[in-house]
Parts: sequence; C-alpha cells; structure tokens
Amino acid sequence: MSEAPLIRFSGLTKVYGQGKVTFQALKGIDFSINAGEFVAIMGPSGSGKSTAMNILGCLDTPTEGSYAFQGVQVEKLTRTQRALLRRHQLGFVFQGFNLLSRTTALENVELPLLYRRESTAKRHAAARVALEQVGLKGWEHHTPAELSGGQQQRVAIARAIVTQPSVLLADEPTGNLDTKTSQEVMELIQRFNRQHGITVLMVTHEPDIAAHARRIIRFVDGLVESDRLNEETP
Amino acid sequence: MLWNTFLLALRAIRRNLMRSILTTLGIVIGIAAVITLVTLGNGATKSVTEQIASMGSSQLIVMPGQRFGPGGSDGAPSFKVADVEAVRSQITSIVGVAPMVNKGVTVVHQTKNWLTATVGTNNDYFKVGNWTLDSGRIFSDAEERAGKAVCVIGETIRNRLFGRENPVGSEIRVKNFSCEVIGLLKSKGQAAMGQDQDDIVVMPFRTVQRRLTGSQDVGRFMLSVQQGASIDSVKEQLISLMRERRKISENEDADFRVMDTRQLAETLTATTKILTALLGAVAAVSLLVGGIGIMNIMLVSVTERTREIGIRLAIGALENEVLLQFLIEAVVLSAFGGLLGIVLATGASIGLSSLMSVPYMFDTNINLLSFFFSAFIGVVFGYFPARRAASLNPIDALRYE
Repeated sequence: MSEAPLIRFSGLTKVYGQGKVTFQALKGIDFSINAGEFVAIMGPSGSGKSTAMNILGCLDTPTEGSYAFQGVQVEKLTRTQRALLRRHQLGFVFQGFNLLSRTTALENVELPLLYRRESTAKRHAAARVALEQVGLKGWEHHTPAELSGGQQQRVAIARAIVTQPSVLLADEPTGNLDTKTSQEVMELIQRFNRQHGITVLMVTHEPDIAAHARRIIRFVDGLVESDRLNEETP
Repeated sequence: MLWNTFLLALRAIRRNLMRSILTTLGIVIGIAAVITLVTLGNGATKSVTEQIASMGSSQLIVMPGQRFGPGGSDGAPSFKVADVEAVRSQITSIVGVAPMVNKGVTVVHQTKNWLTATVGTNNDYFKVGNWTLDSGRIFSDAEERAGKAVCVIGETIRNRLFGRENPVGSEIRVKNFSCEVIGLLKSKGQAAMGQDQDDIVVMPFRTVQRRLTGSQDVGRFMLSVQQGASIDSVKEQLISLMRERRKISENEDADFRVMDTRQLAETLTATTKILTALLGAVAAVSLLVGGIGIMNIMLVSVTERTREIGIRLAIGALENEVLLQFLIEAVVLSAFGGLLGIVLATGASIGLSSLMSVPYMFDTNINLLSFFFSAFIGVVFGYFPARRAASLNPIDALRYE
C-alpha cells in the first residue's frame, strides 16, 4: 500500500431537515485513517459520531465536503457503486444486531456471500469458519430468537467478517450487552484487527470500550474535539 | 444473479410462512370464488339452452289477440278447426299442425287425485312438441274422429296416480267420465321457465271439446317447421293466410299473434347470461376483497420488510437485487395461489354442478382472467412497497419504525 490513507474526510458536513427547521449534525470534519488502524469515535449523544459513521459506511451521504475511500471520491459515486463498495470492502456491526429474524445463524452469515455470488459449497464453508471464529460452532442452525444478545452480536460479527472486508464498522457494538459479554465481543473485534489486519472503526460512548482502540477521536457538537493515540491499549 | 435471487426469495417465503400462507389464501379464495360462480353460471346457461332445445327445434304458436298472458284475446274471435285445416293444406314445409284446447281438471285414480291441465289436440302434437312415448301408443284415427275417452299422460301424472306402476291400460276419472290411458310420455323435465312439462294429460281434440269445454273453439294452435326450411318465410305465409281468413285489411292491426319459440329461447338465454354476468360480478367483488386482504398483509409487514431491506442494502445488496427478490417472491406466491385456486375451483365446480344438476364446462377465459388479475394484485402490492423501501438511504431503511 502507498502512503495514501485508507479513508480521508475533508470538510465534511451533514445537515438534516429542510428550510427553517434544520439541524447541522456535522459542522466540518477532517480526519484520515490508515489501513490496519483500530479507531474509536467517542462523544456524547448528538455529537454527530453516528452520522459520521453512517457516512463512512456509505449508508448515508454527506451534505458537503469530500470523503475519499482508497483515493476514490465516494460522494461522486452512484447508489449502485456505493452498494458495490459496501459489498466488497465493508462489514457492519450494529447496536441492534440487525440479523434477519426467523433465519438461522448460518443463513445470516451466508447472506453477504450470496450477494457476492459465491457457490453454495464456498458459502457454507466460509460461514462455518466465520461462526467458529466467533465461538459459535454448534449454533449454526439456531435463529436469532434462540440466541442470547451476546451470541446474536457474535453472529453479526461473523456476518461482517465472512467476506474478509478491509474495514469493519461497528456502531455501539456493545450498547445492548452487559459488561462481561461486552468484554468478550470487544476481544473478538480486537482479534480481527490484530490477526487479520482488518481496519476497525467503532462508535461508542463508553470509555472502557473505547479503551480497546489504539486511537480515539472525540466528537463534540458536530466537530472533532480531540484525536489522540491510546497509550494504555491492552 | 437470477438463481441466487430466486434462492433468496424462496428463503424469504419459507421464513415468513404465515404471511406467505395468508397472502396465498387471499388469492386462492378470490380465484376459486370467481371461477366457480362463473362456471356454474355457464352450466346453468347451457342447461337452459338444452331445455329449450327439448321443446322442439322451432315451433310457431298462433293465438288470438295481441296481448300476452291469460285473458289476452281482447275479444278477438277464436280460431276454428277450419283454420287449422287451412294451415295444414296451404302452408308448405311444415312438420305438422296441432290445434290445442286447454282445460284444468282434477284427475282421479282409485284413492289418488291430482289437479292438472288437459290438452285436447291431435297426433301432430307429439311431433310438433318433440314428445316421445315411453310406453303404449298414440291416438288412432277412429279415436280422434269419434272423440273417444282415451288419453296419453305425462310422467308426473303417472307418479301421482300410479306410483311406479305401468299406467297403460288403466282407467282414470277425468271430471265426470272415465278415460283409458293408452300411452305414457317420456319425461322432459322442467321447462326453461320452471313449469313441469310432464304434468300433462293429452286427449283427442274432440274429446275435450265435447266432454270438457263444450265449445267449437280452438284456443290456439302450434306448428313446427321442417328441418332446413325458413322459419321466417313460414311465419310470413302463416300471417298472411290468417289475415285473409280473418278478413283483416292491409292497414289494420292483426287480432292474433304468432309466437316463435326461437325468440323465446333467445330471450331466455339472454336472461341466463345476464344472471351469469351478475354472479360473475359478485365473484369479482370477492376477488377484490381477496386482493385487499393481500394488500393489508403486505402493507402490515412493510415495517419489518423495510428493516430487512435496510439490512440487505447494508451488507452489499444492490437495489435491483432486492427488488428482483421481492418481485420473485410476489410472483411465486401469486402464481402458486392462482394455481391452487384453479384446482380448488375445478373441484368445487364439478361437485356443485352435479349437485345442482347443471353440466360442468371448463371456461378457459375466466380461468386465465382471474389468474392474471390476482397475480397482478399480488405483484403490485408485494412489489411497490418494497420499491419504496429500496429507494431509501440504507440507514433510513434500517431505522424505519
């Protein structure tokens, strides 16, 4: 890889609403992230951290400014091109898990591979490996309703990493979990960052969760307040 | 891509089994109702047409007066036997002509009695009226000439007075005289207008004139046209002959009328068709209600489906792939429901038509029409909410409440 950063935000703004009743969630954000980093985005509610994350994940579009992913200007891409970017480069983990209900863990994990048009054999093999990596061997045929919150989030992580994405985006991944389970999930995410070199971007408002990251960007009121390396990374 | 998407669609159907079943059920019931009702209506039309055909190919019935119905003669003079003879000798290409005089009487055999209508006529009546004998014989010339007390009875009279016995050779009492049963008519069943054609006692014309009505009048007469001959030309000849005999000048209205059973048949067929159309309309409403059911199920599930679409978009599905999946889902459910509905309708139609004793006829048009209509509803309401959802920003679809 060249010296160019994986992700570069410059002068990014996001305005919600139209006319008089508008809300400026992002007021001009600049930062860049290199491949292999583990970044936590922190900040109080309404600071724009989730908005930034959604734009990073191509789930939402910025109002102004530019977002370059591997040197490609994302804001100039079409809907289809952005979908293809998500399909080939990004993996998502959400606070609410967002698994398909009444669908087995295996089928949930297979889904991104189906959209990549992998063969049935490959899909099954890869999904089983991913589930094993998150410690859910033997749970392949359980539906979300039959799994605990921690297990559901691990299925979601398996679904995110089964395509071996370059970036894993996690929006409050431990927000719905208890402390012990949160630690397990964070260790899992940390392992994928260290062992598989997946760049991790995580939004959280809990300092002990953010502590797993090597770099912490703090948002306040739609602006970056601080951007520092985390010295006490475990 | 198509195969993958097809796989996704089938998974989604299986995953939401209850919703899939309810959607399919709406289509099944709508389709089955329409097809069954229309098929039964068609069967009824056919059965009416067949009953009309049983009346004889095409009869002309001549009666005095212009108004239809009883007492409609308006004081116009009755026909006489001479009129009937004139028709027989002067009009060509007719099968026969039968004078008719009717009288309601009670007929008695041993302890049983039955109120019926006798008709006094000649042997042409059986030919013209398309009757065949079940057993026995028709009148002899001597019996006709002498006005003997003999009669040919219909199936209903036999049932009422004799039960399952053969009535031929027995005596029945008609009003104040005894009458020998010489023949039994083969059953014709109900007429198109619902009256029982078999509830009849046929006697020689003179017998009824002398013993029952006591008058020389011929109430009306009936004739039928030979196969292949023009009914209209016979009708014209008949009208001009009667005008001449009744001395009606060119610019006067006729004081008699000629009823053509072909016209009657056409009227009846048209009426039945209207009824079939009405049934079809009722059925169409049920199809519509089924459609609204489908629509409700689809719209109720839109929240869940919108989130699902958000998830699919987030993990890399293209808008078109999501849409194609939903389209396939809708088509599969609608088509499956449609086929099931057709099968159900065929079963119900066959069962009900035999129960109602109307013929069963498969109607390709209505099967195709209702199939495509329900498929259309299923696809529209399955597809368009999905299209709206898929056009959202993925994050908005994910957060949809």
